[in-house]
Amino acid sequence: MVSMARLFSFVRWLSCGLLLAGAGIPWQPANGFPRQKSSTEELLTLPGEIGKHGGRLVVSLRAEPKTLNPLTAADAPSREVILGAMQADLIHINRATQLTEPALAKSWKVSADGLQYTLTLRKGLRFSDGQPFDAEDILFTFQVYLDEKVNATQRDQLMVGGKPIAVRKVDAQTIVFQLAKTYGAGERLFDGVAILPRHLLEKPYTEGKLSQAWTLATPANQWAGLGPFRLKEYVAGQRLVLERNPYYWKQDAQGNRLPYLNELVFLFVPNADAQVLRFQSGETDLISRLGAENFSVLSRQQGGYTMSDAGPGLEYNFLFFNLSEPGEKTSPDLVRKIKWFREVKFRLAISAAIDRDAIVRLVYQGRGAALWGPVTPGNHRWGNSKIPHSARSLEKARALLKEAGFAWTTGANGEPELVDSDAKPVEFSILTSSTNADRTKMATLIQDDLKQLGMRIQIVPMEFRSLIDRVTQTREYDACVLGLVSFDADPTPEMNVWLSSGGTHLWNPSQAHPATAWEAEIDELMEQQLAAPNYEQRKKSFDRVQEILAENQPMIFLASPDILVGAKKSIGNFHPAVLEPYVLWNAEQLYFRDASGPTRP
Amino acid sequence: MIQRPGWKRWLLALAALHGIIACAGFFAPYDPAEQDREKPYLPPMKTHLMDTEGHFHFRPFFYAQQLRSGSYDQFEERAKQAIPLRFFVTGARYRLLGLLPLRTHLFGADASRVYLLGSDAYGRDQLSRILYGGQISLLAGLLGAGLTLGIGLVIGATAGYFGGWRDGLLMRVAELFVALPWLYLLFALRAFLPLSVSPVQAFFLIILVIGAVGWARPARLVRGVVLSAKERDFVRAARGFGATNGYLLRRHILPETSSVLLTQAAILVPQFVLAEMTLSFLGLGVPEPVPSWGSLLASLQQYSVLVSYWWMYLPALAIVPFFLGYLGLASALQEDAGTGKIGRTTSEGTW
Repeated sequence: MVSMARLFSFVRWLSCGLLLAGAGIPWQPANGFPRQKSSTEELLTLPGEIGKHGGRLVVSLRAEPKTLNPLTAADAPSREVILGAMQADLIHINRATQLTEPALAKSWKVSADGLQYTLTLRKGLRFSDGQPFDAEDILFTFQVYLDEKVNATQRDQLMVGGKPIAVRKVDAQTIVFQLAKTYGAGERLFDGVAILPRHLLEKPYTEGKLSQAWTLATPANQWAGLGPFRLKEYVAGQRLVLERNPYYWKQDAQGNRLPYLNELVFLFVPNADAQVLRFQSGETDLISRLGAENFSVLSRQQGGYTMSDAGPGLEYNFLFFNLSEPGEKTSPDLVRKIKWFREVKFRLAISAAIDRDAIVRLVYQGRGAALWGPVTPGNHRWGNSKIPHSARSLEKARALLKEAGFAWTTGANGEPELVDSDAKPVEFSILTSSTNADRTKMATLIQDDLKQLGMRIQIVPMEFRSLIDRVTQTREYDACVLGLVSFDADPTPEMNVWLSSGGTHLWNPSQAHPATAWEAEIDELMEQQLAAPNYEQRKKSFDRVQEILAENQPMIFLASPDILVGAKKSIGNFHPAVLEPYVLWNAEQLYFRDASGPTRP
Repeated sequence: MIQRPGWKRWLLALAALHGIIACAGFFAPYDPAEQDREKPYLPPMKTHLMDTEGHFHFRPFFYAQQLRSGSYDQFEERAKQAIPLRFFVTGARYRLLGLLPLRTHLFGADASRVYLLGSDAYGRDQLSRILYGGQISLLAGLLGAGLTLGIGLVIGATAGYFGGWRDGLLMRVAELFVALPWLYLLFALRAFLPLSVSPVQAFFLIILVIGAVGWARPARLVRGVVLSAKERDFVRAARGFGATNGYLLRRHILPETSSVLLTQAAILVPQFVLAEMTLSFLGLGVPEPVPSWGSLLASLQQYSVLVSYWWMYLPALAIVPFFLGYLGLASALQEDAGTGKIGRTTSEGTW
């Protein structure tokens, strides 16, 4: 399942680092067991079940990562590998609690005006190749991310108020970050900004070759990171093998250095059904991103695995109409349709006619939640409880259409047909991604719902890239069903969706000026929430955004699927989260109960 | 007892099968697009004659089905609620053979919908969808075969009768068409078409595509027959008496091709039904919610459907009697052609 959000750049987290070759660093071969703690190391102690060392965990990945370079990683598999296993950031968002917690920075202070962040680093840490980590690496990392020539995917995120964050070293353990403007999400800013090893990457950086560095083919001894696992082997088209980082900076409550696993293997299995088969046959140990139907197949056939429904995630699916300004080249047919779509009562009528419960039942087999706004039940802090959850009502829909000047005639086959004020029948097509069976199913249900209003709908499944091109570039479409997933429960990463100037403002992207008064108000509120000093004020602004969305229905929100995952029974500390990476977010704590680990060829 | 030629028996069987599909509106209990959102993936209902207390009923009946609590695709029978099967019930509107508006269906039930062959992901009646789907698939096969044979006849006869550079050109083009990778071209073609194609447009597009792809083989067969026929003595004699090209073709040569064409038709129809199914299976066919046999099978692309809902395979079985009928007809025709029961020719023996 590809979702739009994953393709666009409001992406937060990136990855781990790969490095460049040729620095002549002493390389420690995989040494089975973690290093003894030295007295100067300030390790982070994690609560949770005490596990056993050993074993190899195999998971499937739906595509081969394009790169191991956190600066250029824009595809979901690269980020999954990097975020889930290879990288570390200064302050991390705990995927279970959705709150920030100390990571490489053991503590931080925010100045009263909210502009200055002072971070204290852990002492005595080392990269996975044994080289020491210190404030110089942080300075280097931010210099690289903010360098326009490097063109890092995180650069936008680190430009606050249009200006790059200023980074200053106070001493070897203290770093000060100066923001030009207050940033609503605060320290969440640091999540996903992978800290890079200067000793490996400085040379390519000065040579201007940084973005080509760290491909998948990089030899393991030229790569280093701060995550729980480090690069071991990559076999093109088959697998990526990671091994324990013996210098990892977390330990369990008994002082055992994490991670527990010896190896973490990603198999490249492009097809969701093939992933299910691999999991069923025991070839892989964990499975995530399961569709509801595959989930019930696995739940029915009790094998040696635990299937778990982690509840609604952050994905929201919606129907939206083409609300863009018709240009000279727009066909008269589409101009007429855009006139309907721009009528707010038309959109409200469609929203009232859609049977959301049926979508949850038939598409997600009940494993999902109906939506009336972009904030899913999986997001604990940002939902506006005042948004009405109106039940389906065809009467209301008909009344709204009537008010908007539509009428009914008897069509050729004796069924009522909706016509506009010029007596033209209301017909339009809905685009869906041909690879996403769930959204095509939603469209088929909507087709039937709207048929009862006398509308004639065609469903057009389309290859995902051409679909996005139509929606954001040529704008030759009527309506479309899509989904978005945010990487964080905070509204800030979604600025691009709600701002009228945003490239992911799907119904009318990249506007020079807000086309409507309500879009202008959303723009203002989103800027307000970004600058507001505390959660309560930010929440107030974002609540209002949700109300405006509900009043105007530029997106008709449909449903959110649950996060469905499974794991072998022998895996300990398995706690799926609704934030990505759903099952690997605590990879360092996963272990096999029957350790010395299952042996596999 | 008079011995009927074998092909007539096959033809009769096929006519009966096609009759059922043509009158799908009458035999199908429901509209194929009507959704019952409470009953997705309902297994085929069991027909009972004995109730739970052991009493025998002459009228077959069903037990009402409901979702098992907590499940979204597992059903259980409610033994208390028996639904008797009724015949000639009034239900959804349809047009018999596309003309006569009617509401009478062969069977149905009063209290609840009856799913003899189960339901699909949207709770649509699988039996109705198979019957209506056959209309699309069979009509596409028949029209496609007609178009193919028409093109094949014209091109084959032209090439064979006139010979020379015309023959060379037409046959090279035919070879080109045989060699093209059609499926990939079709995907490319779909990208150039307008965004939304209505079911009717999509249907004729499929026929056009099938016809365009298939003409080369019949054209080569017809050319062979024409080549041999035009050298036969009675044709030469007629030409000697001053017969025109048109007269010769019409009167003497084309009749010679009839057995080849008939046998080809019997082979091509099922082939093209299959072609339509392939196109629809791959999403190039008629769009939702209009059923065709290929699009009915398309849901089997999902692993979960494949392992959980066996009745979704049934559309694949629907084609079996049609295939047997057509192939039986083809071989009977070929045999009869060989023994001179139809036409007078010696068959070409190309296949």
